[in-house]
Parts: sequence; C-alpha cells; structure tokens
Amino acid sequence: MTDFLVILISAILVNNIVLVQFLGLCPFMGVSNKLDTAIGMGGATTFVLTLAAISSYLVNTYILLPLDLEYLKTISFILVIAVVVQFTKMFIEKTSPLLYRVLGVFLPLITTNCAVLGIALQNTAKAHSFAESSLYGFGAALGFSLVLVLFSAMRERLAFADVPEPFKGAAIGMITAGLMSLAFMGFSGLV
Amino acid sequence: MIDLLLQYPITSALLALVALSLTFGALLGFAAVKFKVEGDPIVDQLDALLPQTQCGQCGHPGCRPYAQSISEGEEINKCPPGGQATINAIADLLDVEAPTLDEEHGEESELKTVAYIREDECIGCTKCIQACPMDAILGAAKQMHTVIAIECTGCDLCVEPCPVDCIDMLPVEETLQTWKWSPPAAGTAQMNNIIATDAAGEVA
Repeated sequence: MTDFLVILISAILVNNIVLVQFLGLCPFMGVSNKLDTAIGMGGATTFVLTLAAISSYLVNTYILLPLDLEYLKTISFILVIAVVVQFTKMFIEKTSPLLYRVLGVFLPLITTNCAVLGIALQNTAKAHSFAESSLYGFGAALGFSLVLVLFSAMRERLAFADVPEPFKGAAIGMITAGLMSLAFMGFSGLV
Repeated sequence: MIDLLLQYPITSALLALVALSLTFGALLGFAAVKFKVEGDPIVDQLDALLPQTQCGQCGHPGCRPYAQSISEGEEINKCPPGGQATINAIADLLDVEAPTLDEEHGEESELKTVAYIREDECIGCTKCIQACPMDAILGAAKQMHTVIAIECTGCDLCVEPCPVDCIDMLPVEETLQTWKWSPPAAGTAQMNNIIATDAAGEVA
C-alpha cells in the first residue's frame, strides 16, 4: 500500500511529467490560455494516459515479451496510443459535444503528446507491475492536469498583468513555466 | 506455437504487429458503430433558435441549412426575421460576441407583414408559388392565385419573381382576436428569472 502511495506522490509531484521530466510541453503551453479548456484537456489526457499505460503494459507483457520482440516497443505503443485517442475522441463526441467543440484539434493531438508515450516507455524501463503501471500512468496524468490547471490560472491573470513589452505573450509564459518548474524541483527530497 | 514463432523473428514481428492492428481496427470499428453521432447536436440547438420562417434571406434554402453552416463558421447575423433577439440567443449559445444584424440580408421589421395578391391583376404564372418556402400560396397555372394568410410568414420572397408586380406586403392589422401581451424585454430582471432554474443561478 505504501509503495502505491509513493508511486502516486512521486508521479504527481516529485517526478512531475511536465515540470520535472519536461514531457508533454506542447499542450502545456498550447492549451493553457483558458482555465475551462485546461480542465477539459486535463480530463481527456488523464483518461487517455491511464488507458494507454494499462493497454501498453498488456501489449508489452503478453505479446512483445513472450515473442522476444522488445525492439517493437515504440511502434506498438504508438499504435496503442493512437487507438486509445481515437476511441476517446468518439466517446467524447458522443457524450459531451460541448467539450468536444472546446477541445477541438487538441484532442487528436494527444496522440503526439510525448508524455503519453514517455509514460508507457518508462513503465517498461522501470519493470512496473500491472497495478504499478496503471497507477504511474494515472499519477502522471494527475500531475499533468494539476500543473496545466495551475498554469492556466496563472496565465489568465498574466493576461491582465502589466508585463514589459518584450516579455508579452509566450515569453512571459515560458518564464512562468520555468519558475514553476524550479518550484516543483523542490519536491525532489520528498520521497 | 511460440517456439515455432521464436525461430523466425521476422515472421513473429510481422504477425504480432498485424494481429495488434487487426484487433485495434476491429475495436475502433465497433466503437464507430456504438458511439455513432446522429447528426451534429449543435446544429439542432441552432435550428431551434432560428425562427423557422424558411425565408431564405440568409442565402440558404432554409433555417436548418443556415444552422448547419453557422456550425461550420458562418456569420450569425444574417437572419432578419429573427432579428437581434435571435442573434443574441445564438451568440449566447456559441459563446461569442453578438454582432448587429447584417443589413445586406434585409432589415428587421417591427411590423409583421403578410403577402397579398391583387387578384384581378394575377396572370396565373405560378412563379410566386414556386418561390414560397411555406407553401402558403394557393393556385394553378392560368388560374388566379391567392395567399393563405395564416401560413404566410411575410418573408418577401414571392414579391421579386412576380412578372406583373401584383403582390403587396401588407402590415397585419391587429384585431381583438390577434392581440396579445408583448413578451417581456430581454435582459430585464423579469426575463432573467422566467425559469425556476435561472432564479436558482443555474445555467441552462
């Protein structure tokens, strides 16, 4: 039980996928302009990442390892992720047309979110068990959503802040992200 | 079986990928049927807001095609029969700034009008019948035509095609039978709390 808690905390805070491992930066900068969109994107990514971590574990353990095909890891995981994203897209389109409109092009773009592939590959590299893999995926997704929501809340305020001319727009966003990253590095002694 | 596959790594790699792709393909095919979206729900919502006069002043054959093209990004200010109230409602639904009515497509008239055919001048050409989106004009070739007043939405579309200009748009006289209380103006407190859930602060 403690192990699982450690994995969860470490995935959310200590090894935060965005601010410590620097994966999934594109949606982090791209979808963080509005809080609503950020929450939607966080939810969709959480769903996809958890599902992708689980299914890539299954593919790895029951297909690739018995057949001695570890070198096909990357390509099969990409296949798995693409399918999960497509499935999520259909699911959201059916259940929540509004969220579907809000997410728009970012939903298919989860496919190319490096965080998703990164988590799947890390799971195999760390030889996680099934429960550990799914928990690590879920934790990383929670961490992603957390910083995405925090960051978008900050950017909404930054939009009204008196920023010096050369730093306006994306530049101050990058600086803010860097400062947030410094703060999250401070968690490294936690676990 | 696995031993056999292990002897030929290329075959096993190919087989594994093909099997994976086939499984996932089947899964997605199933999902596509299971989660099939019946039309675009936003189009239905837009269609419900439009006045359903089917007048075609927006440049589309009817209200639903206009709703369809709004959902694909067309301007929302092309509906004169709906007027500013419809534009505001659509802007609210789509969460955009409400523009003013585009005068190019016609002016919003406060007065409800109805088409009237001066029957002794009508030559029975049926052109207005073909133009009418509401099927509100009665008549046949070489026979005098007339307008079914309660079906007419006053969209002006029959005026243009008439070769003898015998159609007038007459304002509808208000009689004791047709008079009704005017609806509460949009934006007032009375209008905002007209539904119980609005009063509770929920957003419909």
